[in-house]
Amino acid sequence: MKFGVIVFPGSNCDHDCYHIAKHVMGHDTSYVWHKDASDLSGYDCIIVPGGFSYGDYLRPGAIAKYSPITEEIKKYANGGGLVIGICNGFQILIEAGLLPGVLMRNRSLKFICQDVYLKMENTDTPFSSEYSAGQVVKVPIAHHDGNYFADDATLKDLEANNQVVFRYATVKGETSDEANPNGSVSNIAGICNKNRNVLGMMPHPERCAEKVLGNKDGLGIFRSIVKHLTQS
Amino acid sequence: MAEKIEITDEVIASHGLSKEEYENVLNILGRKPNMLELGIFSVMWSEHCSYKSSRAHLKGFPTEGPQVIQGPGENAGVVDIGDGLAVAFKMESHNHPSFIEPYQGAATGVGGIMRDVFTMGARPVANMNSLRLGNLDLPKHKYLLKGVVAGIAGYGNCMGVPTVGGEIYFDDCYNGNILVNAFTLGLVKSDKIFLGYASGIGNPVIYVGSKTGRDGIHGATMASEEFDEGSEEKRPTVQVGDPFTEKLLLEACLELMKTDYIVGIQDMGAAGLTSSSFEMASRAGTGIEMNLDNIPRREVGMTPYEIMLSESQERMLMVVRQGCEDKVKAIFDKWDLDCAVVGRVTDDGIMRLMEKGVAVAELPIEPLAEGAPVYHRPMERPAYLDEVNCLDISTLSLPDDMNAVLLDLLDSPNIGSRQWIYNQYDHMVRTDTVTLPGSDAAVIRIKGISKGIAMTVNCNSRYCYLDPYKGSQIAIAENARNLVCSGAKPLAVTDCLNFGNPEKPEIMWQFAEAVKGLSDACISFETPVVSGNVSLYNETKGEAIYPTPGVAMVGLIDDVERHCTQYFKSAGDQIVVLGKNLEDLGGSEYLKIEHGLVEGPPPALDLELEKAVQESCLEAIRAGIVKSAHDCAEGGLAVALAECCISGENMMGASIELDSSGIRRDALLFGESQSRIILTLEKEHIDKLEEIASEKGAPLEVIGEVGGEHLLIDDSISLDIKEIHSAWQSAIDQRIA
Repeated sequence: MKFGVIVFPGSNCDHDCYHIAKHVMGHDTSYVWHKDASDLSGYDCIIVPGGFSYGDYLRPGAIAKYSPITEEIKKYANGGGLVIGICNGFQILIEAGLLPGVLMRNRSLKFICQDVYLKMENTDTPFSSEYSAGQVVKVPIAHHDGNYFADDATLKDLEANNQVVFRYATVKGETSDEANPNGSVSNIAGICNKNRNVLGMMPHPERCAEKVLGNKDGLGIFRSIVKHLTQS
Repeated sequence: MAEKIEITDEVIASHGLSKEEYENVLNILGRKPNMLELGIFSVMWSEHCSYKSSRAHLKGFPTEGPQVIQGPGENAGVVDIGDGLAVAFKMESHNHPSFIEPYQGAATGVGGIMRDVFTMGARPVANMNSLRLGNLDLPKHKYLLKGVVAGIAGYGNCMGVPTVGGEIYFDDCYNGNILVNAFTLGLVKSDKIFLGYASGIGNPVIYVGSKTGRDGIHGATMASEEFDEGSEEKRPTVQVGDPFTEKLLLEACLELMKTDYIVGIQDMGAAGLTSSSFEMASRAGTGIEMNLDNIPRREVGMTPYEIMLSESQERMLMVVRQGCEDKVKAIFDKWDLDCAVVGRVTDDGIMRLMEKGVAVAELPIEPLAEGAPVYHRPMERPAYLDEVNCLDISTLSLPDDMNAVLLDLLDSPNIGSRQWIYNQYDHMVRTDTVTLPGSDAAVIRIKGISKGIAMTVNCNSRYCYLDPYKGSQIAIAENARNLVCSGAKPLAVTDCLNFGNPEKPEIMWQFAEAVKGLSDACISFETPVVSGNVSLYNETKGEAIYPTPGVAMVGLIDDVERHCTQYFKSAGDQIVVLGKNLEDLGGSEYLKIEHGLVEGPPPALDLELEKAVQESCLEAIRAGIVKSAHDCAEGGLAVALAECCISGENMMGASIELDSSGIRRDALLFGESQSRIILTLEKEHIDKLEEIASEKGAPLEVIGEVGGEHLLIDDSISLDIKEIHSAWQSAIDQRIA
């Protein structure tokens, strides 16, 4: 099983994702430099990590979209390959058109780093099968632009196809406004594409997947991926 | 051309050079300097770069120890942590720029300190900051706080370096002059440390990073003057940060450092190209011939004067082995960064700056870099000390309602929750942060080994105002205490000494006393000073700040799984105070808030007792019997207990009975006696703790038990923990809105 972690200039969660795939999950993992745009078909899963690609200048993800590797990620995803975009990775996947909607500035207009609770909305994806439906998990967010928005038609589509994978919730699982850290429409924290092979999420599961950090709730994402790849 | 301007007395004065200093310039050169040369002398001999007022005193610091790999004098200090690894760290001020333009001032402060650390070959893994602002009721200071915090966040978050801890105080003495001190710690293999030496005659001098622009010219000189009404006109001397470029520079430099091409490397901080080139050549005893035509620049028409004095950010100067130029360039090309050979190392000890084939400056390096003036400025004990150190507690009325006092204190911006601040900092990136902000010390793990690093930054400047010597000792003691509360053994110190105008004998006296206090305490705790920074002239219209010797301390945890945090863990746990309650009200937050008094003497400090308490705490944590440990600081025992109740994820009450032994109620609850730690442990482990404490000579008292929904202290305090939490939680938020 082989993971590829994309490195854009300004990526800064690349080491963290590499650490999880390689040292915590124990799988072969490589960094993929954005200028080395070659076929990704040798990988079983591509991780687009968080950070500030191109400094988030202009708009998060807006410049990374034009990097040579992004075309390869699109080809890989359209061919059915597993792609997970976390935080800035989610922003890039949206800008690249692999996921619908847009990520706007947080409604507080401030960067927010804190633990939030997520309710599992769809556990029938390659990224979430290790959780149970409705389960509430604690995962940190760290972003300035995580305020998810989509127009009504897109939202309807997302809901109809069960593409909302996680929503911000209270510890009891209520998807209330008070539990919404950034103003995301319908408390959306993460979505997948219709084919279920591309996931984008603002929270950072790689930051809560080890006992020494006091929280292993995020490990299920990576376990789900490995389970899916083992079975397929 | 600027170089053709005649050097008049006005020009000399506007460069911040005194008559005597200019005489010295003439002696060194044996001729009149040209404008460029004068500019170079001006920044190299500025207080900021030359430490001319402080240097004589700083010699007193203990700087050696078996753990020290690199002491003061380099870009950062380096301390051994075993397993072939070391930590490089330093703290630096960016006070003046942050007051003028808070976002960029603070952002570039963070950028600068990170460059100081990665220029040593260390990857920055943790940031902290120490902030002092004025009264939060003033709109200006709401604006400054928002800007400073956003600037720190904007830079550190983009770099992917977690901001894991810090401290902030608000006081009127900072109304005209705020303090922004930034700390970075990096991790490095102990045999792969890079230093700033321009060695090897004929080796190429290479410039990498951002292009040089006209920003920040004479920033170092600005940082060496008092403020007046016109200071805001100096906004153009504040640099603008580009954290994205610095992130690329970091990755490119670390990639290059895996090779053996580099001979020496130094960041271009204050005084930019001038100080980096002079310092590197001075350390190596060499000269440099630099071709200014090759310096990458942002705009056309820049003069040599502007190029040499620019403080554009995100730039590095390095000397590499001859013949490696192309291989070095390939790495910077990969990261889309400028990389230019701008000169050669020479053997004549001269800095020769060439423009279009003509030498535009020729300066002897040694006399300029090492021959900077050293002042033994006159000192005099300030008269105010007698007026303020006269507290007679018998004249203080005892408050009727201690509950109200406790809530007032928790609502003080000096005590309340700092969450509004640290939630804007990414404190988890790199996935090493074991103890998140909000406990006594930040703790990070080191991937691949079992050890952890703890770090903390602390200074109560009110104590330092009342007694600079004792206040400084307390700063060291409290940092060490915070570290042992996390389970770490203190290793070493970096400091950032913020004071007023050193030309005033009273300020110089404060400075000297503070340095003595820090030195004596560092010797006692065996924590040498390995790096640091001095920021003087922190005055506006003649009003100096409180003496603020900011101290950051780094400690080592052998087994990071055994780290400890401050908040209560389980109902039924026994609550113990290690140390002794005294009748100390001087300098306390209680005295300021409830009685409107800033009077001393500050709390007593007995270094032997302090060490006994700290050693007992550390040994008990290492023995695995401690569930929580919290230092008693501002607000005293009652505030510390309240923080234990509410700062964890699950809030928990406590029932406390204190042995008052004749101490006034307010002093017992809110006095700030030093050398006290609140521990919790299971009942069955009390005997073991008593055994450890008695062996070390530390007094202890079992004062109560964790549990319930209230904090109950004798018949003085009875509060619902939700009410306590809400007062504490909104202390900063509600004042900023």
